[in-house]
Amino acid sequence: MITVNAKSLARLAAVAIGTVLIQTSVVSRFELVGSNVDITPLVVAAIGFYCGALPGASFGFALGIFADLMLGGTLGVSSLVFLTVGYSAGRLRDLRDPQGPFVAPAVAAGATLASLAGFGLVSFVLGIDSSVSTMLIWVVLASVVLNVVAAIPTFALVRRLIFPILFDDPRPRRRRRAYTTGGLSPLKRPDASA
Amino acid sequence: MYDKTVRRRRLVLAALVAASLLLLTAYFGESAGGGLHIVQRGVMAVVAPIQEGLSRATQPVRDTVGWVGDTVSATRDLKESRKTADSYRRDAIAGRSAVRENASLRQLLGLERTMARYQPVTARVIGDSPTLWYTFIQIDKGSSAGIKKDDPVMGTDGRTQATGLVGKVTEVTRNTAHVTLITDHSVRVSGKFDKTAIRGTLQGSVGDPSLLEMKFVDEPVRPGDTVVTRGTTSDSDNIESLFPPNLRIGNVARIDEPGTDSQVVWVRPFVNMKRVEFVQVLTRKIDGNRR
Repeated sequence: MITVNAKSLARLAAVAIGTVLIQTSVVSRFELVGSNVDITPLVVAAIGFYCGALPGASFGFALGIFADLMLGGTLGVSSLVFLTVGYSAGRLRDLRDPQGPFVAPAVAAGATLASLAGFGLVSFVLGIDSSVSTMLIWVVLASVVLNVVAAIPTFALVRRLIFPILFDDPRPRRRRRAYTTGGLSPLKRPDASA
Repeated sequence: MYDKTVRRRRLVLAALVAASLLLLTAYFGESAGGGLHIVQRGVMAVVAPIQEGLSRATQPVRDTVGWVGDTVSATRDLKESRKTADSYRRDAIAGRSAVRENASLRQLLGLERTMARYQPVTARVIGDSPTLWYTFIQIDKGSSAGIKKDDPVMGTDGRTQATGLVGKVTEVTRNTAHVTLITDHSVRVSGKFDKTAIRGTLQGSVGDPSLLEMKFVDEPVRPGDTVVTRGTTSDSDNIESLFPPNLRIGNVARIDEPGTDSQVVWVRPFVNMKRVEFVQVLTRKIDGNRR
């Protein structure tokens, strides 16, 4: 969870604006294996995962609005998709609190698939009457793989950016070893009771 | 306490979903001059200089990553990759970024001469669509340079130096414009074969930005045939084509069910839409784009 004040909101707003700007002006223009990395669902999922379901949904909503405003898209589409991504990532943390080196890539894969499916669904609901190429499967797979690769640095960067506004350190927690070696626990040391 | 937190969470989530749906409905319901569209154009105008700066600053990095990506995808076509690898080496020695930019600009200069009667405005691409469902680019010229909504846009592929139709302007601010590419599912272009004048309608297919589907072609065609824009063929002003006649679009890549009533022709655009660096917006319409 996060501390909600003007400073934290300003920090999150800066992350949202920076993400959309960097995505459209820099990242989208790198073509790799017929697709490109999309950091927007990764950042939204990272915020949801580290901050919780509600901040994740709110952040996704705000980032979506800004993306639609900046890119000239249909207002409301990206916000609907990204608020779902942010909320889902937050709920995953709330309910399961998964730990381990593969959590970020797994969350990234889920977020990418969810956002692509969400955009696709909304596009079809709003009306597409052209054919769907079988290449779509390849492009979706390529996007997921690229995003999984980009997930670890993206999640680490987001964690670093929002660290000052978090209640707890989201880094993987290590289990503390029990005092089984015969040494005294710090609580039982003679100077600890003083 | 727990119930209160859950209720609050659900309430906020419902409010956000409702707000998104409200925005969507309001945006669809209003005209291009409506409040939400005005706000959108304002935001686009404000962030355009930042986008342009970022785009220019990362050009060398983009070239490097592009080189890596090309090398990976070139494994699918070894013959082509050998040719392009040679050109990459030459480019790297000579200063890849500068060479490419110059090549694009030279190509555009040539294009400008041939397109002079349409009063072309040269613009740099400053943004690209982030999702595969929408294919558009943003350019650094807008209404102050004479660009209007629905103006046709030609472009060059910086590497192969091919030129061709890339899209149409769908949103304009004072200093930027939003160009929806011909590979987007929402754009239709009436085309014809340059030698036989056989006609058809081109439309992008979802998921494959490298091919356009050409429908309603009821005569035999051959792979490799060149497709150009058809222009307006009617005397009525109500059914004008957006695109002037004889703009190059692409070559026939393959034909599904050739010779039958359900024949579908797949056209590969001359320009790789992901590699467009500069475009030319044709700002003048001559005789309603008639032949």
